[in-house]
Amino acid sequence: MKPTKLFAVLGGAAVAILSIFLIAADHVDAPAVAQTTTDIADVYAFEGSNPNNTVLIATIQGPLTPGNVTEMAEFPEDVLVEFNIDNTGDFVEDLVIQAIRRGDSMYFFGPAAPAQTGLNSTIQTTAPMNSVKISSTSETEVTTNNNMSFFAGPRRDYFFFDFDRFNQVASDTPPTEGFLPAGQATDFFEDLNVLAITVEVPNSMLGTAPAHAAKATGLPQFDNFPNAYNVWVSAKRKQ
Amino acid sequence: MKTIYRTLIMAVIALCTTTMFVQCADDDDNGNAINEPTCDDGIMNADEEGIDCGGTFCEPCAVVLDFSGTYTQEDHMGRPGINTVFGGSDQVKNSFNVSITSDRATFQPIFESTLENYFDEYAVELGLDPANVNYETNILGLDATVFTTVLAQFDALQVAPDGETTYFNPGTGAALTGRNLADDVIDISLILMFGGDDLMNLNFDGDPAGEPLLITDGVDAGDRDFSLDFPYMSTVNQ
Repeated sequence: MKPTKLFAVLGGAAVAILSIFLIAADHVDAPAVAQTTTDIADVYAFEGSNPNNTVLIATIQGPLTPGNVTEMAEFPEDVLVEFNIDNTGDFVEDLVIQAIRRGDSMYFFGPAAPAQTGLNSTIQTTAPMNSVKISSTSETEVTTNNNMSFFAGPRRDYFFFDFDRFNQVASDTPPTEGFLPAGQATDFFEDLNVLAITVEVPNSMLGTAPAHAAKATGLPQFDNFPNAYNVWVSAKRKQ
Repeated sequence: MKTIYRTLIMAVIALCTTTMFVQCADDDDNGNAINEPTCDDGIMNADEEGIDCGGTFCEPCAVVLDFSGTYTQEDHMGRPGINTVFGGSDQVKNSFNVSITSDRATFQPIFESTLENYFDEYAVELGLDPANVNYETNILGLDATVFTTVLAQFDALQVAPDGETTYFNPGTGAALTGRNLADDVIDISLILMFGGDDLMNLNFDGDPAGEPLLITDGVDAGDRDFSLDFPYMSTVNQ
């Protein structure tokens, strides 16, 4: 029986199933990390303006309301943000790009093989180091060196989601129509901000991409999927 | 800057005329005796804080930065929404955040249970047998077990160095090759969970009338600018 038919009979009470659905991409994703300075909001990874490059973005501490909250938000000096790149297909990081603030600047190390993989990290101070002055809400600072580019600072939040409607959908008296159609829905994040750390890196520095992870399913629909790195971000606090 | 610097030099000269600045010892009036402090003269002079660094005019002196210590994971993220949607309980969500990407097999059955639970709760709400209301194989051709295996054990963005990078682009069919700023990851996630396997005839699309809309939240990226060069995201909302 297709679920669509069920709703023709009983309407939207069923949308209560969404009551524990996502708050945001990863914003406030678990109690232990919610509202802390290690809370990752989003991760993006895409081809740069230069097609030989990959852009890696981690946003944290989102969402931030405009004005004082955004202006006062800062990267803690005891939080290390790591971009992890697996280029062998085993989901163990082969390379890391580490970012951590000191003073008015964000310092970047790598890409370089980490001294150790997993939950604990040390900063790869022997790896190539770059830095960029942390941008303000009015001044954008960018460093480009050795074909890599770096940025850290507040930006508009690019995550979009009708969060208010979601709260209604997740309530005890959900609207029978579920989410609102385009034109009536409202993007909760439209006027909000986030702290972003952005690195653009030549693919040549990331090694050869392994077979696409989806091929591990053995399913034929993934036969033509291109080789792809596996990328994730971790936020780690100094002990 | 140069004007200011000259002003400083004049001040130094003035000092020299009345005090004992060692570099002012020359008094032959031939104009070459005063060594003007510069940022590359190898001397700590003027108001420099070190040799040729710091002070009013030179680059800041190198600060010995402390990068020592061990940093321990508190959060991580690969694909959007995974932990929040499939973690199920606070305990699981907390433990997922401090787990290792390559060692998450134990989360797969939890994720599958959570996924099915959405449909079971939904069935109960409707007074139907939960056994008859289940996740349907999605547009990627993944059944519940494989879908949750991919989510739990391969939780990273797959990022293709060649070709289009997108979480899913219905227009081109490209999928799982990255995540760009314009990707509507909410709609994609809802479609993968609730939409079934036919992209042209998705479940829960609000049609026929009375069926709730669950495969899209109805918002797009609005006026966010995707044409920007590095760092690609626009300045803050004021």
